[in-house]
Parts: sequence; C-alpha cells; structure tokens
Amino acid sequence: MEILVCVKRVPDSAENEIVMNSAGNDIERDDLVYSVNEWDNYAVEEAIQIVEKVGGTVTVVTVGDADADEILRREMAMGAEKGLLLQDDAFEGSDCKGIATALKGAVEKGKYDLIFTGAQADEGAGAVGGMLAAMLDLPYASLVNKIELGDGKLTIGREIEGGNREMNEISMPCVLSIQTGINEPRYVGIRGIRKVSGVEIPVMSAGDLGVDAGSVGAAGAKVKKIDYFVPEKGEGAEMLEGSTEEIIDKLIEILKANGGL
Amino acid sequence: MAQVFAYLNHKNGVLEDAAMELINAAKAISSEPATAIVCGSGIDAVATAAAAIFPKVIKVDNAALDYPNAEVVRKALVNVIPAGSVVLFAHNTFSMDCAPGLSVKLNASFVADIVGIDGVDGSTLKVVRQEFGGVVSTHVGVDMSAGAVVAVRPGTFAPDESKAAGGAVTAADAGDLSAKRKFIEIVAPEAGDVDITKADILVSIGRGIEDEENIQLAMDLKEAIGNAAEVSCSRPIVDAKWLEASRQVGTSGCTVKPKVYMACGISGSFQHLGGIKGGLLIAINKNPNAPIFQVANVGIVANIVEFLPALTEKIEEMK
Repeated sequence: MEILVCVKRVPDSAENEIVMNSAGNDIERDDLVYSVNEWDNYAVEEAIQIVEKVGGTVTVVTVGDADADEILRREMAMGAEKGLLLQDDAFEGSDCKGIATALKGAVEKGKYDLIFTGAQADEGAGAVGGMLAAMLDLPYASLVNKIELGDGKLTIGREIEGGNREMNEISMPCVLSIQTGINEPRYVGIRGIRKVSGVEIPVMSAGDLGVDAGSVGAAGAKVKKIDYFVPEKGEGAEMLEGSTEEIIDKLIEILKANGGL
Repeated sequence: MAQVFAYLNHKNGVLEDAAMELINAAKAISSEPATAIVCGSGIDAVATAAAAIFPKVIKVDNAALDYPNAEVVRKALVNVIPAGSVVLFAHNTFSMDCAPGLSVKLNASFVADIVGIDGVDGSTLKVVRQEFGGVVSTHVGVDMSAGAVVAVRPGTFAPDESKAAGGAVTAADAGDLSAKRKFIEIVAPEAGDVDITKADILVSIGRGIEDEENIQLAMDLKEAIGNAAEVSCSRPIVDAKWLEASRQVGTSGCTVKPKVYMACGISGSFQHLGGIKGGLLIAINKNPNAPIFQVANVGIVANIVEFLPALTEKIEEMK
C-alpha cells in the first residue's frame, strides 16, 4: 500500500498566545512557535498502522519553505519512510485551491493507493482534501474516524453530528481527511528525530510538478485574507474577582441560587 | 448580479432549521430571489417546507439520493446549478464532505465556516471568519466572478421564521449519479456508563486539565456536589482517551441542558458551545482572553488544577 499524507506546519495553538500586532491588521508573528498540524499526526499514525499491517510506504508531503523540513522529519521519525517538500516562491499566498493544485502535481508524479490529509488545519477550512480529490477525480470522504481495509476498497466511518458514525464503502485510490481520535499518535523523541536527520528530502518546484505558476500562489488565489481584527465582545461574563477564597464563596452562592448545590 | 442557491439539509422528512438562516444569508449577498435546492428521495414535504422560506425551490428527487452521500449529491448539484452562481451551505459535517469538491467542479471560489457577511463590492464578497479558536477574526475577500461556494456557520444569521415566501417548487433531473463511494449505514454511539444529559450540574473539563491524573480533581468535585452532578468534557479529552466518548459535549458529542454548566479549562470552540443548550454557564480558565468568557454568564480567571481542589474542599467543609 502506497500512502501519501499531506501535512502542514502551523502555529502551535498550545504554545502561543495570539495577540494583534501594533498596526492592528495582523497577528504578531515574530515569536510564534510552530509545529505540525495536530490532525496530521493522526493521519500519519493511521497511514503507518496500515503499512505495518499490509506493507508499503508512507510518504509525507507539504507545501512550504525550508522551515517545513522540520515537520516532515518529525513525521518521518514517527515512521513515514519518505518526505517530499513542495517549495516555490510561486506557491506563496496560495488559497486552499492553490495548495490543492500543488499537491495534485505531487500525486500525479507518484503512484498512491491512498491519500490522507488532516480533517482541518489552523485556518479551519477543511477544504484541501476535498478539492484535491475533485481535481484528481478520486472518491473522497471527510472526517474519517475508522478505516477497515478490504480488497481494492475500504470500509470507512465518518464522524457526523451527535456522536453518530456514517459508514461508507469507498473504492481505492481515494482521498480521506482524517479526524482526531481515530488512533493514538505515537510519541516522537529526540532520538527518533536524530535518526532521520540525514535522510534526504527531495524538493520539487512548480515547474518540477508541471504546475502553472499563475494557477497557484497570490496570482491564482480567488480567496484572500484582507486583515485580522479582534471581534467586538458581547456583554461577556460577570467576572468573579478577589482572593481564591472570596471567589469560591461567591461561586458557591451562585451555585446555590441556580440549583447547583 | 450572481444568482444565489442554498443547499438545504433535511433528516427524516424534516427540513433543518438552518434553512431559515440561509435565506437571510442569501439576502445579504443579492437582492435577486434566492433558490433553495433539496435533494433526496420522496421529498415533497421537505420541498413544500422549503417553499415557505424560499421564493424558488428546485427539487431533485431520485432514489440514489435517498441518503445524502456527498459524492452523489455533488453530482446532482453540478447538473442543476448554472456556472457563475453563488451556492450556500450550512457549515456542518455534510458541507465539509461536499462543498470543497463542488467548488472545484463548478470552477468557483470556496470559503468555509464564515461567521458574517460584510457586503459585496463588485464581484468581491467580503466575509468574516475566525481563527485560533475565535481569539481573532479575519476579513476575507472572495472573488465571485466565476461563482462561489460559501459555508455559513449556523447561528451567524437570524432565522427568518415568517414562512411566508410562498415559493414555487420545480423538479429537476439529477442526471448520472453513479459513485465510487457507497453509503452503508449510520452507527449510533455506544451508550456509556453515565448519561451526562440527565445531570443538573456538569463539571466539564477541557485541555486545561493538563494531565490524565488530574481528571480525578473533577471527579472529586462531582462527588462533593453529590448525585445531581456528573463529569463531562470537551473533545480533546476524549481524543486523548482520558474519558469515554459518552461524556463529550458538543456538536460531535452530546447536547446537554443542565441547570449549571461549569466549563473548566475549556476555551469555548463553537463546536463545543453548540452542545450546550441552556443553564447557567460558568467558565473557569487561566487565560483571560479565552473566547468562552464572551459567552459565559459567570467567569473566573484561575488555573483549574489549583482551583477545583480548593472548591471541592470548601464544599466538603460546608457539609
């Protein structure tokens, strides 16, 4: 089984306090700590578990600059055999469709039975997998939280509302976006990362991929972020203040008044 | 001006409430009458309900659409929707499955999970989205010149409950609906040992609990409060397998309506808040900028790992 997993380097939401910059039009990006998108770890883990069962290769790919090397190596330390970096100035400023276009080029340069993405990344669009599948005319399922291997096909579960799971049969090759909770991604230690530090990661440009530079990046983007702002706050909560003891006393009064004690 | 269509979700013959919000989203984009699209099998009642909300309704009735399999629905929509249109969805697990691919097939722009429309400037639709769990928002320009597919977060627009549109229903042919993905069944969640929907007081924990062994702090508080209380949680706690899925509150978990909901170390994503349907919301979070404080009734800035045991101790003392 040849599996390609598309991953992304994102600001680590657990490590950063997001604040506006002094101009008030973007977030402060100078000291942001980056890591691999949380959903992608589940996608890579799932791919590794499949290959451990039936053999094959897991390749991790990302669209990014030289900094993206570290997240590819992190996923390779988990057990992905190969990495692939799609790097070109032309990709800068891509919208979801631009990223999907670059990835399509990479898929067409290989031969994959399965293509995984995380169900979403930092911007919460959850769009790249579905776009990639449509561009490749492959079947697609999003929010996948269960995979059973069959002969030339898979039985997959999708997370839908209310804790329900929608079961589908899907033919291969296909594109799946993987939801958190499908597995428990393995721990990666410093030693694991050191082990893959020497592995060569090929870099492919728009030209290498056969991607028209005008169809990606800022030039091809039809969806563009204009600015960032802090949303106007509603009425907000009644904040309890004082010493911990005072706060607890007030809280207990509130709990009593509302039938909570 | 672009023609606006709205794809309407329905279940068990009942139109979902989001339809009443999408008509107002459509009006924010264009003054031209919007068209609803309902797909399914034997959906006359749903189409009639849609016609009370939308001036025009297209009904795609086909046995292959009996279950809304995203791949099949997408094919039907590509057959029905003219190039250059704006297509609205409610942002949910179906739109996430169907809409991105639809935008590719219609050669249209795509934007997901918008929380506002800030106007139309020529062929650019200006929308509002959130990032970083709602801590910051962005304005996004969407080029509609070749059409656009837009998924609107439920609750963004007020529902139009007048149901006086008196719309006309026309039937459309779905065309070829063969697919490489086949729906099998819906599997309901396994019942857990506890039923959090029955509790009057929920001590609900999120990432702020930090460590699996700290779960006990929430259990201790629940014990101190007594039988009316139960421990629930947000999604990351279930993903980490620290608590069973039946304790998860949110759109992908349980919907609850307790007397008091204590959100402990929960930032307040819209998916989580979507599962809380009433009661007094008390938020305890060490981050004073946590979005949960914007929607909570009562807020406390504190580290729950220290605060919960102190609260438990005080309640025990009172006994």
